[in-house]
Amino acid sequence: MTVAAPNYELVQQDGLETSLLEVSMGPHHPSTHGVFRMDVKLDGETVVDLKPVFGYLHRNHEKLAENMSYLASMPFTDRLDYFNSMTNNWAYALAAEQLVEIEIPERAEYLRVIMSELTRLVNHVSLVGFFVNDLGALGTPLLYAFREREKILDLFEQASGARMMCNYFRFGGLRCDVPDGWLDRTREVVDRFPKFLDEYEKLLCENEIILSRTQGVGNLSKELAISAGITGPMLRASGVNYDIRKVDNYGIYERFKFRVPYSEGDVGDCYDRFMVRMLEMRESIGILRQALDGIENGPIMGNAGKVFKPQKSEAYGRVEAPKGELGFYLVADGTTQPYRYRVRPPSFINLTVLQDMCIGQQVADAVIILGSIDIVLGEVDR
Amino acid sequence: MSVLGSGIFKGMAVTLKNFVGSYFDKERLTTNEYAWQANDKLPERAGDYPKEEAEQLSDTTTVTQYSRNFPMLLHDAGEPMDTVRCVACQICERECPPQCIYIEKSTEKKERSGNKAQFYPATFDIDVSVCMSCQICVEVCPFDAIVMNSQFELSTPSRFGELLLRRDDLLKSNDYYYKIHPEEASARDKRIADEKAAKEAKKKAAEAAKKKAAEAKSKSEAEAKAKEEAEAASKPTEPSDTPPAESTATPSTEPPATPTTEPEKEGSAE
Repeated sequence: MTVAAPNYELVQQDGLETSLLEVSMGPHHPSTHGVFRMDVKLDGETVVDLKPVFGYLHRNHEKLAENMSYLASMPFTDRLDYFNSMTNNWAYALAAEQLVEIEIPERAEYLRVIMSELTRLVNHVSLVGFFVNDLGALGTPLLYAFREREKILDLFEQASGARMMCNYFRFGGLRCDVPDGWLDRTREVVDRFPKFLDEYEKLLCENEIILSRTQGVGNLSKELAISAGITGPMLRASGVNYDIRKVDNYGIYERFKFRVPYSEGDVGDCYDRFMVRMLEMRESIGILRQALDGIENGPIMGNAGKVFKPQKSEAYGRVEAPKGELGFYLVADGTTQPYRYRVRPPSFINLTVLQDMCIGQQVADAVIILGSIDIVLGEVDR
Repeated sequence: MSVLGSGIFKGMAVTLKNFVGSYFDKERLTTNEYAWQANDKLPERAGDYPKEEAEQLSDTTTVTQYSRNFPMLLHDAGEPMDTVRCVACQICERECPPQCIYIEKSTEKKERSGNKAQFYPATFDIDVSVCMSCQICVEVCPFDAIVMNSQFELSTPSRFGELLLRRDDLLKSNDYYYKIHPEEASARDKRIADEKAAKEAKKKAAEAAKKKAAEAKSKSEAEAKAKEEAEAASKPTEPSDTPPAESTATPSTEPPATPTTEPEKEGSAE
C-alpha cells in the first residue's frame, strides 16, 4: 500500500490563512510531572494562551478527613506531597496542637526540625534534577540527585519505618524515638552533603546551555507574585524576602541562625528559582548542623491523652514546606472528628500564575516554566 | 567572562570523575542484596525454623529491621490460638484509616494460658490490597497484639483471594517478631513487663487501701447502726424516710472497674 505524499508545490503561498493551533499537553505527557494537562494555544512556536487543567488525581482528601478521627488523617497527609511527608505531618500536627494545648518536649522539637530540613534537602535536590531533566539533560543530574536522596530516605526509614510515607509526627511529639546511632549517621550524611552540592553546582550552574535556556524565561514580577499569593522559593526568587520559618518562628526555629536566600533583582525567571533552591540547601545544612549539636536526650511525646477530642475551636497551622506555605485549617466541634478540614497547598496556588508566566514564551519553555514551579500533583488535586 | 563552552566542559569533568569513581570510589553505591549483613549471605537462623517460616524470614532479612509493611497478629509461645494476644476489642478496626480490617468477635470467652478468659477474634481479616502500612493499628492496640511485619513478597496471580489475609495467615509468634524487628520487640517486651509490674504494685496498693477502707467502713457502719438504734429507741413511733445506711454503702463496696473494661471505655468515648 502506498500513501501519496502531499504535494507541497500545490500549496498557495499568497493569501494563505493561518490560525492558532490548539494543543493539549498531558495528562500523560512526561513533562507535566503527573496527571496534569495544559491546553495550549500556539501561534507557530509561541504560546498565545495556556489553560491549566487539573483534578485528575482528586482523592477527596478533605472530606475523607472530616469523617475520621484526627489521628487517622495523619497518614493521609503523607500522600499530599509525597516527596515531603515530614513537613506535611508537621503542618497538620501544628494545627491540631493549637486546638488543644500540648507541651512538646525539647527532643521532639529538635527532631522535627532535623526531619523537616532533611526533607527540604530531599525535595530541592530532586527538584533540581527534574528541572534539568525537563531542559533535556536526561538522566545524569537527576540520578546524581537521587543517589543523595536515597541516603536521606534510608535515614527516614530507620527513624519511622518507611522511606516516603513516614507518618512520623504525632500531636504533641513524634511517634517513636530515633534508633541508637541514628544521629551519628545523620551527621555523616549531612557532613558529606556540601561536597555533593559543590559537585552539583559545578555540573549545572555554569553550564551555558542551562543559562541560556533559563535566564529571562518565565518572568514573574514581585507585584504579581505577591498578589497571586505565591509562597516559598518561588516568591523569594521574585525578590521578596519572606520565609515562614522567620516570620512565624514555629517550632524552635528562632534558635537557629540561618539566612533566607532571595533574588535581589525583580526578574524572577527560571534561573532565579533554580538558584534560590540551590542556595537554600546550603542554609538547610547549617540548620541541620546546629540542630544536631543542640539535641539532647529526653522524652519525645508530650502528654496528649489517649483520645484526641478538642473543644469547639478553630486553628490554622502553617509551615514553610519546601514548596511554599503549607497550611491546615481545622474547625473542631467537640467530637473526635474535625468539622472542617482544609488544606492550603503551596503547589496548587503557585500553579495559578503559570498562564501569566507562559504567555509569549516558546512552547518548549512552557515545559521548563512548569518544572521550575515545582508542583506535585498529589498536592494540587488532593 | 570565561570562554564560551567552558561551563559545559567543567560539567563533563564532573561526569567523567563520577564515571571513573563508580569503579574505584570507596563511597560508591553498589547493588548488594543483603547490604546490612556482614557476610553477604542469608542468616543461618532462618534454617532453625519450619520451612514456611524460613521462607518468610529469607524474605524479610533483605530489608532493614526498621522497615514495616503489613500488620500481623502476635501470639506468645505455644499454640497460636491458645496464646493469641488479641481480644477482639475492635479498636484497630475502628481506627484503621483505610478501613481494611474486619473482625468478628467470638461468642464465648476462652481461657488463655496464664491469663483469665477473654474473647478472641473468630474472624480477623486484613485486606492488604487496601492497607496503606500506616501503623495506626499498632499504636492504638492496648494489648500489643498487632505489630508490623516486614514480609513484602506477597505478589499473587489472583486479585482478591490471596490478598485478603485471614486470621491464620496473620498469626505470627513473638519469636518471629524478635527475628524481624529485634530492637522494637525487646523495647516492647520491656515496656509490657514494666507496665505489668507497675500494675501489680498498684493492685497491691489498691488492695491494701481497700482493706483499710473496708475496716474504716465497718467501723463507721457499726457507729451508724448504733446511732440509728439509739435514735430508733428514742423515737419509735415515727417511720423513717431516709434509706437505711446499708443501701447507701452498697455502691462503694463494688470493686473498681477491672482492667479488661478499659478498651470498651475508650470505645464509648468515640
